[in-house]
Amino acid sequence: MDTQNCFHCGLDIIKVEEIVFDEKKFCCNGCKTVYEIFSLNDLSCYYDFEKSPGATPQDIHGKYDFLDNESISSKLLEFQEDTTAIVSLSIPHIHCSSCIWILENLQRLQKGISSSQVNFPNKKVRITYNPELVSIKTIVYLLSSIGYEPYISLENYETGTANVDRSLTYKLGVAFFCFGNIMLLSFPEYFEVNEYWLDTYKPFFRWLIFVISLPAFFYSANGYYISAYKSIKSGMLNIDIPIALGIIVMFVRSTIDIVFDYGSGFFDSLTGLIFFMLLGKMFQIKTYSFLSFERDFKSYFPIAITRINSDASEESVPVYDIQKGDRLLIRNQELIPVDGILISESASIDYSFVTGEAIPITKKSGDKIFAGGKQIGKVIDMEVLHSVSQSYLTQLWSNDVFQKDVEQKHKNITDTISRYFTPILLLIAFASFAYWIFIDTVTAFNVFTSILIVACPCALALTAPFTMGNVLRILGKQKFYLKNALVIEQLAKVDTIVFDKTGTITTNKKSSISYEGTPLSGENLILVKNLLRASNHPLSRMLYDFLPECKRMKITDFEEITGKGIQATIDGKHLKIGSAFFVEKVEESAVMQTSVHIKIDGVYYGKYIFNNQYREGLDSLFRSLKGDYQIKVLSGDNDGEKTTLENILPKGTELVFNQKPEQKLEFIKKLQDEGKNVMMVGDGLNDAGALAQSNIGISISENVNVFSPACDAILEANEFQKLHYFLKLSKKAMKTIKMSFAISLIYNVVGLSFAITGHLMPLVAAIIMPLSTITIVSFVTVMSNYYAKSLK
Amino acid sequence: MSVIYLLISISIIIAIGFFIAFIRAVKTGQYDDDYTPSVRMLFDDELKVENPKPKQITEEKQN
Repeated sequence: MDTQNCFHCGLDIIKVEEIVFDEKKFCCNGCKTVYEIFSLNDLSCYYDFEKSPGATPQDIHGKYDFLDNESISSKLLEFQEDTTAIVSLSIPHIHCSSCIWILENLQRLQKGISSSQVNFPNKKVRITYNPELVSIKTIVYLLSSIGYEPYISLENYETGTANVDRSLTYKLGVAFFCFGNIMLLSFPEYFEVNEYWLDTYKPFFRWLIFVISLPAFFYSANGYYISAYKSIKSGMLNIDIPIALGIIVMFVRSTIDIVFDYGSGFFDSLTGLIFFMLLGKMFQIKTYSFLSFERDFKSYFPIAITRINSDASEESVPVYDIQKGDRLLIRNQELIPVDGILISESASIDYSFVTGEAIPITKKSGDKIFAGGKQIGKVIDMEVLHSVSQSYLTQLWSNDVFQKDVEQKHKNITDTISRYFTPILLLIAFASFAYWIFIDTVTAFNVFTSILIVACPCALALTAPFTMGNVLRILGKQKFYLKNALVIEQLAKVDTIVFDKTGTITTNKKSSISYEGTPLSGENLILVKNLLRASNHPLSRMLYDFLPECKRMKITDFEEITGKGIQATIDGKHLKIGSAFFVEKVEESAVMQTSVHIKIDGVYYGKYIFNNQYREGLDSLFRSLKGDYQIKVLSGDNDGEKTTLENILPKGTELVFNQKPEQKLEFIKKLQDEGKNVMMVGDGLNDAGALAQSNIGISISENVNVFSPACDAILEANEFQKLHYFLKLSKKAMKTIKMSFAISLIYNVVGLSFAITGHLMPLVAAIIMPLSTITIVSFVTVMSNYYAKSLK
Repeated sequence: MSVIYLLISISIIIAIGFFIAFIRAVKTGQYDDDYTPSVRMLFDDELKVENPKPKQITEEKQN
């Protein structure tokens, strides 16, 4: 135990706050309590799997009172009966094997829980419990007390049980079953030995193969028929048309072959083709199931809120039931779900979800407060002006862009190619048919069908899924999570990049702090630091971290006045830290900046100014992007930072300030109307419209497990400077696809030359098909891995 | 030689048996989460900590 890290959560221990318990060191009381709970219940194995796996439990007093309300809590349940109930809770903290272990042993911490099961990729725990013995609220409190606070939002309210779509797994299983068995049964035919017993059993083998191929043909491949039908109906020639055509022709021809005893048919190739194409589909669907790309306001908003009734009693009500004129009680750290008017004297509200700006805004009684802000500090009262769906923030979601079907938005590269491929293929087929019909009718039909079979763009259809699936994984390892494979294509097409300012190119974790005024002596600095320690205000925390380490002192008469500042007496001196108004200082210039003023024993000293801190590697990123892309910066803020920004950004970058969410959306739309392929990089909910409107919306997130607006890709903030690398890689991915298209076309040409001359034997088909598949798949995998390494 | 009918029927029946097992496994959600079970299977020993000699088991694990 020589480390200075907390035994429970692994954070650095501040010497003075260190708590030693059971020979182990803890950073705070919360961590110690969790350890105590575990060791009392013989659950200390928790610490054996992973070093310091825990999280400090947060104070949740009163936060989950709404779970007492039967109608709300029942919405969360998956299943409910007299003595059994099942609930699925999403727990963002799940991250290691210790987490799985402790959460699956919940029944030993709480009577009434019969079992619990963790789904690690989804970061969810499914708890079966007895509602007569334990309430859901108790479970939530238990989870929170051991550092696994569940995340419950408005989203949970509507989806009790989500149905999982497993059809692709079924289809793949069916196709593999058919493919494998048919391959085995086809072996005698491959060798074409004219033995007596083989000839005798030929019909039996053939009919058996026919029967086994039916499920693959009718069930596994049905996605292709549907897609082909849809694309014909909409007049767009996509890749599924030649695929479906090839499959159907293959099946019909093979059936005729065995009915009239012409040959053994192509059932092996047919099922193999279906199997490999489904495999490609499966490979492409790499989903980051713990992330959500479809989030709207619902995943941010609380499920219930405290309403103050006319008789002054408090009651938890579902957010949707809030009416205009209701009075609401908002606690510390709660999100304001609707627009309203502040009734309490003052409040400080953190709009970082909405604007990305971390520094809270102070509101006074009678001010309008908007939905999406987080309340910091004391409990406040507010009166509702609009219901949830009519609030300023939620109205953004009624914009058309959110209704669009994303799949239909873009045409992908395979479809573009098949627009030429399909007509040419049909042309060749009919031309050779016309040629052979004058020579021999039977051969003519054979040739016609052979062409359609051989040209079935199996390899073509596999190229894109395997390349993109692979690149998707490579990017995912580097903390750049894409919604689906189509996004890679879009990334490669981008020519204009629009950045949001606050929270995107600036970080809201750090601020650069500077001091202006009479220099503070070392002693005074200690006083200031000690006073700041007592305050939970974000600015205090930032300034506290900024000031050098020092010894602890006792403070008395501490008082925090919301929206103004803090004051206390330390060592006989009276300190005031806060806004200019609070220290009775008249601000001479009205420059827009965030600052904290210091006054000690009635003497004004100076102020700390908080500037936005730009992300690391920002200027080098912009410099490298500048050559290939047009860069624009949008900001919801005033133009106070214009000159600083102009210095960082390359010349000619367009800067637009004071943009409202809808204006950002319009800005993107305008660029698109000019024919640009726009990539929007944003973070907060205020960018949600722009992210949805842009060709590709990337959301920057400090913590990918928590919040990000609906988008096409989520990028972890630390990896921001790699953006250009990701763009380059996506271009290389497209290049890989084009190269392998060329290879697969060669295979098609070889196959076609067999087919046109009327020599396509089942054996030839059975060789060409897997050979092309394997070479194509290995080619694209090797190439995309090579590019991922060489570009670095 | 008609034994071949019998053999092939048996092999097909066995194959179908496995196939049904697969369908069942998918249906009960065994393919939904392919990560957690791999971790979970290593846990079983720790549950015995409840028995009189909990120390020993934890020590063994650390070795």
